[in-house]
Amino acid sequence: MKGSPGLDTQEQALIQQIQNGEPDKFYELVKPYERRVYTAAFAVLRNAADAEEVAQEAILKAFANLRQFRAEARFSTWLIQIAVNEARMRRRKDHAEIMEPIGEHQDEEGTYTPRDFADWREIPSEALQRAEVRELLLEALASLGTKYREVFVLRDIQHLSIEEVADSLGISRASVKTRLLRARLMLRDLLAPRIAEGRFSREPFEKGNKPW
Amino acid sequence: MVAVNCEQVWQEISNYIDGEIDPNLRAALEDHVGGCQRCTAVLQGTRNLVRLYSDERLFQVPLGYSWRLQRRISATLPGRRGNSLGWLVAVAATALIVGGITLANSRAAAPKVRSVHAQIGRGVPATLAVIVNNHGKLFHVAGCPFLNEKDGTRTLTAEEAEHEGYVPCVRCMAKYLGQVAMNWTKKAWGIVSA
Repeated sequence: MKGSPGLDTQEQALIQQIQNGEPDKFYELVKPYERRVYTAAFAVLRNAADAEEVAQEAILKAFANLRQFRAEARFSTWLIQIAVNEARMRRRKDHAEIMEPIGEHQDEEGTYTPRDFADWREIPSEALQRAEVRELLLEALASLGTKYREVFVLRDIQHLSIEEVADSLGISRASVKTRLLRARLMLRDLLAPRIAEGRFSREPFEKGNKPW
Repeated sequence: MVAVNCEQVWQEISNYIDGEIDPNLRAALEDHVGGCQRCTAVLQGTRNLVRLYSDERLFQVPLGYSWRLQRRISATLPGRRGNSLGWLVAVAATALIVGGITLANSRAAAPKVRSVHAQIGRGVPATLAVIVNNHGKLFHVAGCPFLNEKDGTRTLTAEEAEHEGYVPCVRCMAKYLGQVAMNWTKKAWGIVSA
């Protein structure tokens, strides 16, 4: 493990201490990533309560399997990978695929054509302080198919690299790029007309009137 | 310089934003976008949404998430090696789980609990008045700060609540759950005769 490129020195030391019989150091190790683990679970499950339960399970599973952690990867990537797997298992168990959102079974290889060309002028980041803007963004994200949402959340919200997203989801780098492009274009189609006109209503989502 | 059309621009927009694009293609794309209103709208909008979603304020973890996680870790992980108190806690936790499962299995008519992650710890007096949230998974004593009263509550006995699949709140029912675990541990290790 010593000198591993993917692991920072402090994490390396903490993992060593935990494996040498100091499990109380484990929270210190995972604390910087607890939010990311929750977000990864939420990206799959779209439900706060389930995401929290799965995040806890994933973190405990990481402890149980800490000896299997290979330091070639970053600890955070490994942890998120566990969270994504746990969340996927939970989703399968709950048969949520019966109610998959729109876009889930679209042809990934085909080209995606934007459907709306509204001029979306840059809006200030202070807009996020408005609850209706936050809700609009979250609803739009939730309406994406799971495979697009997973990639978008890991890449654009958690800022993982393309390689890390591919490793976390067990898909190729090319698939990450294709799904990311589609996710971004679908979200833009959905959000641009509303934000461009300053309408932050959730009405279109509630009526199922999506541009794709 | 090669020329690109609108469709080629759309297919490369993501790579362009991420800076993962060949310099020649980048120049061609910028040249096209400069004179195309539709592609300018697509590029600007995509950039805007990437910027908005990357803001940490958008995704907020539930209130108390860190605290509950820390509690769960402390309650589940073994104590420091060589620490007798930690060892006892670990044994007690195991006892609680094993005892809970044993007791749960012994109840032929026991309903499925509402939370698959709940610990089925018995030991709460059957006639104790408890409060449940109609959409919740746990039963509480009156005044428990973890009882959500927004969706409507009911008062019933602990036995009735268990029969409906509710499990005890580990915060307000801790003394009952802890006692069951400790009794089991003492008995199992012959610390006192049970």
